[in-house]
Amino acid sequence: MDNVLEVTGLTTRFSKESGTITVVDQLDLHVKRGETLGIVGESGCGKSATSLSLMRLLDNNATLTGSIRFNGKEVLTLSEAEMRSLRGKEMAMIFQEPMHSLNPVLTIGRQISEVLHEHEGDSKAAVKQRVLDLLTVVGISRAEEIYRDYPHRLSGGMRQRVMIAMAIACNPSLLIADEPTTALDVTIQAQILNLIKKIRKDIGMSVIMITHDLGVVAEVCDRVMVMYAGQAIETADVRSLLRNPKHPYTVGLLQSTPRQRAKRLHSIKGSVPTSENKPNGCRFAPRCDRVMTICWERNPVFHPVDQHSSCRCWLFTQDKDHDQESSVVGG
Amino acid sequence: MTTPILEVKGLCKLFRMKKGWLQQPHYVHALNGIDVSVYEGETLGIVGESGCGKSTLGKCILRLLDPVQGEIRFQGNEIGKMNKNEVRAVRRNMQMVFQNPFETLNPKLTIGHILTEPLIAHCVPREQRQALLEETIEIVGMSKQHLSRYPHEFSGGQRQRIGIARALILRPKLIIADEPVSALDVSIQSQILNLLQDLQEQFSLTYVFISHDLSVVEHIADKVAVMYLGEIIEFAEKEKLFGRPLHPYTQALLSAKPITDPDDTREQIVLSGDLPSPSNPPEGCKFHPRCRSRMEICKVELPKLSEKEGHSVACHLYQSFAAIDSS
Repeated sequence: MDNVLEVTGLTTRFSKESGTITVVDQLDLHVKRGETLGIVGESGCGKSATSLSLMRLLDNNATLTGSIRFNGKEVLTLSEAEMRSLRGKEMAMIFQEPMHSLNPVLTIGRQISEVLHEHEGDSKAAVKQRVLDLLTVVGISRAEEIYRDYPHRLSGGMRQRVMIAMAIACNPSLLIADEPTTALDVTIQAQILNLIKKIRKDIGMSVIMITHDLGVVAEVCDRVMVMYAGQAIETADVRSLLRNPKHPYTVGLLQSTPRQRAKRLHSIKGSVPTSENKPNGCRFAPRCDRVMTICWERNPVFHPVDQHSSCRCWLFTQDKDHDQESSVVGG
Repeated sequence: MTTPILEVKGLCKLFRMKKGWLQQPHYVHALNGIDVSVYEGETLGIVGESGCGKSTLGKCILRLLDPVQGEIRFQGNEIGKMNKNEVRAVRRNMQMVFQNPFETLNPKLTIGHILTEPLIAHCVPREQRQALLEETIEIVGMSKQHLSRYPHEFSGGQRQRIGIARALILRPKLIIADEPVSALDVSIQSQILNLLQDLQEQFSLTYVFISHDLSVVEHIADKVAVMYLGEIIEFAEKEKLFGRPLHPYTQALLSAKPITDPDDTREQIVLSGDLPSPSNPPEGCKFHPRCRSRMEICKVELPKLSEKEGHSVACHLYQSFAAIDSS
């Protein structure tokens, strides 16, 4: 198997004054070379915590357990220095609000050059030429001018292009995009999504696209993982997930998307449980339309349903007694 | 139908931008001759990208901002020229729901207190207040125990319900909702949209629904106005506008909207470039630098909104048809 990233049993805990809270719980995922994996979920489901865990960018009060194998290397045991040489070079990340992730007092050129100086150590002139090339690659026409400009002079879409240029500066094998288009208007969103698709093809990198928008998933992803309250609840290829969703939560999400035809929207009752206050048993049980007795008692395990999808739901578990023994009870 | 409940004619709003006291003041045309009307019980959707003036329009209608020019008629009364006290009285019948439920509720006040404020402002007798409070909080799907709690104890969806209750408590005729669901997750968004629709039926409310999200507007609105740089460029009933968009900008907006269909075979029109700055808009048609069907005339002449069979569009591509029809 040619997997860029293999994550098994990833658990992220934060220690707080009130005790520890688990934000990512026993997560398994893999990303194949050249593939785009979408991670979907509502706010508070742990999708951003997952991406930050993969890059090991979390605060000191976070503890990570499990395994993250990236290009065959175990990321969790790397030293901070080794991690530094990995970040930005082999795995890169772009964030939701590009204004907050660019330094307002440095020029665009300087900020992109920084990545190249850190990882490649070329001559100044070579680096400048490379930065100008990168700006052209991400579709900025006045590269020379933008090179000397400051972030506040650019529009949201342009800033996101700059972030992408910075992320792909060292041809990473994995790009993690955390809600890259949420702050942008639809016409600009279309431009940025097209750009990410094009670059992925050109340099053959894999992408993890984190989003709350199933429309974006349909547009760019090959495979999707749906998260709820820190756990993966369904993974499938994009077609099966959108055409034939299994988990009641995924079904609900798809039906809540506004459409013209529906007179009334389907809505999922209640709201996402907080990290401190997760139900025993299945975490979605309090909001589920098809809840059964067993759902309140035990959390179902994540297991394959057919060749296209896997899901964490008692509705799709035949042998309940067997699973009950081997199931991992979420904390 | 009779006369519209809200009628806006030729509305203009300028913002003065001054850079240094020696320089000539510079004006931004946030709204440029807006004509729009809403009938009772209808929902008017206003869509556009950020910076197109849709929120400014909402605020001008409520006179939270003072327009420079133009008429705003609400229930037949011209409110554009009213003084502060008169406007205050009119606002009893027109209320607003804001985008961010985290920032528009005072964190130091209990929900009960927040909801009582409009009643005090509009001199509702003390003895009626409690009954109104309890009734309204239950209408928006919460319970009266919540009245003694503070905003931070609630989730985003519940806070937006409180925001709606605050707008509803005076039983207004018109509610201007400025991006009421943009800050919410999809599953919560659908709860709020359903609530808004139920309330509309129950109280025969009229909505002006401002949003950047085309799917939401397509779901909730009866008529839709598309704005671009301070102008309405297309206005029609929802079915017409989404079924057969005329303006190249509307076409691009619709095609750029990602939809959850893996077999989607729409031709995607990707616009080049960004929305130009409203302080320095292009000459002629404001959309022409990004338009794929631009002609020579678009660079020099601003197209006017012209109507044909209830579908208005401001684009030179259709001006000739309108001229032929009228002659």
